[in-house]
Amino acid sequence: MAIFKEHNSNPVEHDRSIEDRRRHHKLVERAIKENLGDILSEESIIGEGNDKKIKIPIRGLKEYQFIYGKNSPGVGRGDGTERRGDIVGEDKSGKGQGSQGAGNEEGEDIYETEITIEDVLNYLMEDLALPYMSKSRFSEILTENSKKKSGYQKHGINPRLAKKRTVIEKIKRKQSMKRTLREIKKPDKIERFPFKEDDLRYYRAKKTYKRESNAAIICVMDVSGSMDNTKKYLARSFFFVLSRFIRMKYNSIEVAFVSHTTIGKEVNENEFFHRGESGGTYISSGLNKALEIIDKRYNPAHWNVYTFYVSDGENWAEDNEKAIQASKKLCEICNMFGYAEILPGTYSMIKNRMVSEINYTNFIAVTINEKKELWTALKTMLKKELSGE
Amino acid sequence: MDYTIRDLERWSERIEDVARDVGLDFYDQEFEIINYRDMIAYEAYVGMPSRYPHWSFGKAYEKTRTLYKFNLTGLPYEMVINSNPCLAYLMNENTLLIQILTIAHVYGHNDFFKNNRLFREGICADYTIGMFKTHADIIRSYANDPSIGYESVEGVIDSAHAIKIQTSRVVGEKRLSYETMKRNILEDYKKKSERYNILEPYTKPEPPKIDKVPLEPEEDLLYFIIEYGDLKEWEKNVLEIVRKETQYFIPQIETKIMNEGWASYWHYNILKKLELPEYLNMEFIKRHNDVIAQWSGSLNPYFLGFKVFEDIHKRYGKDKIFEVRSIERDESFIRRYLTEELCMELNLFSYVKQGKNYVIEDISDEAGWKNIRNILASSCGMGMVPYIRVIDMSRKDKTLILEHVYDGRELNMDYAESTLKHIVDLWGHTVILKTKLGGREIKIVCDEYRKISHI
Repeated sequence: MAIFKEHNSNPVEHDRSIEDRRRHHKLVERAIKENLGDILSEESIIGEGNDKKIKIPIRGLKEYQFIYGKNSPGVGRGDGTERRGDIVGEDKSGKGQGSQGAGNEEGEDIYETEITIEDVLNYLMEDLALPYMSKSRFSEILTENSKKKSGYQKHGINPRLAKKRTVIEKIKRKQSMKRTLREIKKPDKIERFPFKEDDLRYYRAKKTYKRESNAAIICVMDVSGSMDNTKKYLARSFFFVLSRFIRMKYNSIEVAFVSHTTIGKEVNENEFFHRGESGGTYISSGLNKALEIIDKRYNPAHWNVYTFYVSDGENWAEDNEKAIQASKKLCEICNMFGYAEILPGTYSMIKNRMVSEINYTNFIAVTINEKKELWTALKTMLKKELSGE
Repeated sequence: MDYTIRDLERWSERIEDVARDVGLDFYDQEFEIINYRDMIAYEAYVGMPSRYPHWSFGKAYEKTRTLYKFNLTGLPYEMVINSNPCLAYLMNENTLLIQILTIAHVYGHNDFFKNNRLFREGICADYTIGMFKTHADIIRSYANDPSIGYESVEGVIDSAHAIKIQTSRVVGEKRLSYETMKRNILEDYKKKSERYNILEPYTKPEPPKIDKVPLEPEEDLLYFIIEYGDLKEWEKNVLEIVRKETQYFIPQIETKIMNEGWASYWHYNILKKLELPEYLNMEFIKRHNDVIAQWSGSLNPYFLGFKVFEDIHKRYGKDKIFEVRSIERDESFIRRYLTEELCMELNLFSYVKQGKNYVIEDISDEAGWKNIRNILASSCGMGMVPYIRVIDMSRKDKTLILEHVYDGRELNMDYAESTLKHIVDLWGHTVILKTKLGGREIKIVCDEYRKISHI
């Protein structure tokens, strides 16, 4: 005689798998972090909002065993109309097999997870091994723009009339009147009981100072003929992640885009990322344009200015001296001036000169020789910035 | 639930009587009624009430839950554990008829567990639950030991899982001692050198290498690593635990088609004898057809096993099916009893990959059915696991040489390389795998720094 037991007699839900699932999640997260470099250089993340989900294949979590490859034969079941040579399925390289034999039930273990860009940035933060920065560290502007309600007062302007409080005052007065009537043994029925001037209450408004930190990012990019699509696309990823980071630190942020060949001009974001031009290169032209913008719009006394410059390092020799001078000026007025060289050609001399001649602590130069190095380059730049020196 | 536990007990009693009448022989049966969440959890932990901690179970849980959430998979009606007494879980969401059908199905499994040779010889059903519990406790104690720690234990389990299925392929095999093996080899050699065929020219047989490790190719990789590796005591114990638990599952892997076929055969025949009221009978027909339904493109083991057992019964009578369930395993079952007529009735076909497509190679007709049967027989049970064995170990630097016994199916290189890395993690020295790729013999080398190269 079989025994029957009812299992869920226990009202407290016990989830035995919770620990193993937590561990699994943790490993998934670790795998994501290890793949961050690849994710950042994916073109698709550029220009997306924080909520945009990105799919990442995770390699770290496969349970490897010796398994057969794709050349093993299998057996299937049909309806009798099949003929030799019929095509029954297609190998969609990994995305599940078109047809499976009785033997190979285990399909390919493709594992994808979705995370938002914000998650990516948080992971980056962790990877940089820095504490979450505190805003107070950066120069701030106190603004008087907000007022806070704080308590009540008897006088005030109409928009601040505290209706509920006023009604309460009136009820209080009415009750005390009733009580008095009862004390003097009179019927406590009151026909009409209007508001009086005395009942009115107003909110007291207290001025508060809001700390605001403002930042301006000036992105300068060389769009001359030598900057081909690969370089531009790397540059874009680079700017994208940098600006995301700075956005995390400041309440309000303004970004200006400057593209240059032999003349620098300010462009909008779309043009900046998508339009290419041809012609020679004067690095100084872009930098001077940046200086001009800062001078006109972003007074360094009130703004935290960041200037990032990306190029492939090819500059016309006669311009080198001017470029160095402009860089020095930028270093003087900016929180940070970052210089990145992407896939530099053999003619690139300027970086060495810059590194040796610009002796400012807020000057950072990096070189990105291949896609993979984007991550390290970003780390170098951000580490300095985030540690707040 | 529009029925009570008492109802189930009554039905179970009737089912048990019928099962005994028709000749099933089973362990005492226990049922536990659980909800779907518990069912997902039991599925992840292969039914064991207690299992050592590892993320792969968490992963399995998430996978099933996600698939279930998006309705991509149903949950099993039941889960049966091969133990004595036999333990089975029923889901409380199911209708009365499903419960009746499932209970009958469970008695089929129960009988199979108790009588099939692989289970009888390979597993001690009395201690199953306790064994898994003890293993879980040991692993937890290592994880909690400050001198070992969770992550170290996890690393060893990761690697052990990678090769756990590369184990002995003969259930219940007795392992010969080193001395015996050596003696056998020497005797063989002696016989060979004494007796030779007078019609053939005399060739002196090669003297055997008796100081070689392993003396004979070893298919149980975990055993070999425990025996000859440089592992710490606790690491050996972890490997031994993984190895023992795998051995428990081997009979189930080897008899999937038979086991499910047998249980389906009996739930069908028992329910027919129960004289169900009309409203249950309709549902019975439908549910039974669901269980043995054709899956898109692939073969449903429930269906295949069911059909073959029905056919054996028709051709050889009732006693024969009981004999078959006792002595066969999937491979021999298919090879012996999947006939031409059955192949044709089931419209089986075989396919191979050509370029990007899977193309039908053979269909079930006079010329093709044997090939189809052979492919099926050699790819079921342990046939779906590549056969890898240790053939040599260098005495000098402990380089390990593995051989993939090639049967026409190539290894997935990606997986092979990563698995080799796991072996190196356990072995600590260079590991070389010999296999064939694209018709060429190749060697994949993974050195002690986990660097892969091909020769």
